[in-house]
Amino acid sequence: MHIELAWIDYLVLGTYLLFVLGIGFALRSRTRTSTDFFLSGRSIPAWITGLAFLSANLGAQEVMGMAASGAKYGIATSHFYWVGAVPAMVFVGVFMMPFYYGSRARSVPEYLRLRFDEKTRGFNAITFAAMTVFSSGVSLYAMGILLAALLGWNFHMSILVSGVIVLIYVFLGGLTSAIYNEVLQFFLIVAGFLPLVFLGLRDVGGWDGLQTRLHAVSVARGFAPGAYTESWQHMGSAAANPMGVEWFGLAMGLGFVLSFGYWCTDFLVVQRAMAADSLSAARRTPLIAAVPKMLFPFLVILPGMIAIAMTESPAGTGFHLPAKPDGTLNYDMTIPMMLGHYFPPGMLGLGLTALMASFMSGMAGNVTAFNTVWTYDIYQSFIRPKASDAHYLLVGRLATVFGIGASLGAAYMATVFNNIMDLLQLVFAFVNAPLFATFLLGMFWKRTTGHGAFAGLVAGTAAAAGHHGLSLPAAAASGVKGGWIALVTQYPSEMAQNFWTAIWAWSICFVVTIAVSMVTIAQEESTLTGLVYSLTRRPEETGTTWYLRPGPLGVVILALVAVLNILFW
Amino acid sequence: MGLDIRKPIGLLLLAIGLQLALYGFLDASMGMNINLVWGAVLACVGGAFLVAGFWGSRKSG
Repeated sequence: MHIELAWIDYLVLGTYLLFVLGIGFALRSRTRTSTDFFLSGRSIPAWITGLAFLSANLGAQEVMGMAASGAKYGIATSHFYWVGAVPAMVFVGVFMMPFYYGSRARSVPEYLRLRFDEKTRGFNAITFAAMTVFSSGVSLYAMGILLAALLGWNFHMSILVSGVIVLIYVFLGGLTSAIYNEVLQFFLIVAGFLPLVFLGLRDVGGWDGLQTRLHAVSVARGFAPGAYTESWQHMGSAAANPMGVEWFGLAMGLGFVLSFGYWCTDFLVVQRAMAADSLSAARRTPLIAAVPKMLFPFLVILPGMIAIAMTESPAGTGFHLPAKPDGTLNYDMTIPMMLGHYFPPGMLGLGLTALMASFMSGMAGNVTAFNTVWTYDIYQSFIRPKASDAHYLLVGRLATVFGIGASLGAAYMATVFNNIMDLLQLVFAFVNAPLFATFLLGMFWKRTTGHGAFAGLVAGTAAAAGHHGLSLPAAAASGVKGGWIALVTQYPSEMAQNFWTAIWAWSICFVVTIAVSMVTIAQEESTLTGLVYSLTRRPEETGTTWYLRPGPLGVVILALVAVLNILFW
Repeated sequence: MGLDIRKPIGLLLLAIGLQLALYGFLDASMGMNINLVWGAVLACVGGAFLVAGFWGSRKSG
């Protein structure tokens, strides 16, 4: 598929890029210290950090990937939001943010040093820094490939121009510039995709028409009629739903281990909350983000469901998802195909600008997290501990240049060694899976020791690799997909294998951390004040209205997400 | 911090909204002029953000 852009499309895209750079230049004079650059001077209101918290996670792989999953799995994809995101966002806001923000740690790895020791921080900082650069590079590669296929744009120019624009606004304005642009990008993403949902739904006869068409799709694929439109009813067995997972693996693997591991410990998102202007604002940041997050399935998953309904429905609308060379449908092209089908010149420019905005917000999120962890947790800790603030500000800016350069390098690496990139992402998944067990024990059990935390992380990572090496999804060959040690277990789908790999990694990390902590010397309680739940004063928030208090706000959000789960049960 | 983010959000949505609405108002390319309709919606939302931004800075100033 090839789309020709008109002058109006370039005008819309150019206007957006002008604003993005303008924000960087406007904030340049306000970025004077390393605290300004890395933490926005801790001066940003909750509604801005809340939208940035959401937007930093809203990379194009998320937008396009969730639409693709919507086409592939139907409404069950909403589990990634209503089970796999919102509960964890409430937990980090209500229970964990007092430790992150209250301890005055400047990053998540720094919290690990304050709570445990230098080796635990080093392990987390180095793996996180490498991971952000690689994921930024993979995202850049995906964007370059998409723009080349869709618009005929030159791959090298596409990734270079995008990288340089992000570099300019982060270099000039630091985290504040990234956060402000993420808020801008959030509104653009909504503005670009909302009409797509409206036009698509009208085309298939509203929700009722969509359900009727998807029932036919379900039956044609060997499932019960509601498998694409009911999120929980078919989770009794992996064979009964298009995702190929059962309810326990979903609830524990995705809903607990993976989602809490990401939303509660990933510095990419936590950094936004740490930039808030007060502890109360920091706690409300993920809660504010949770409200649009729970509505996002209607913006990004619904287009995928509409696309598959139109593709496979006998009453055609002229829309059809393209096929890959092997004859299977290319779900990744869902959003670009929908944009090309529904949007005339003008709106098409807005849709593509929304796509570019999501690429940039994801990349800027990675780069700002990288430059902070590199400067504070690696350079200041291990290379040059006692330099001036101006020196660390300079190092942060140079790290931004290096981060963008390394992302571009990773994007080029992906063009040549696609399998190596798959392997690297797999290794990072092994490292991430056990992380939440370390944080949970560190924050809520004062007996946890640094040796216990480090041993648990290493054992959990090894358990993830071991489980992956001993299992394989159905119909997959041994190798990157698993089974590279021996074949002990077979899972109905790759997703089920991922969920159970995470469950094993978390459980082993949890048990080993406790066991090693019990036989090593406990830390002095006086050093743990503000870092552990039982030794920290609860934040006082009486006297303010209920929606400004994290507790009641969290309860309301969980109730709303429960209602959504029941409505689409 | 110093920069009220509502102003750039408002300006951007207003600028893009007006571009789309004008383009629609002037080009044959639902049976509905989506550029005009959605452009007008974006321009209104952008205008509301701008007013809120200037009103906020007047109150605090």
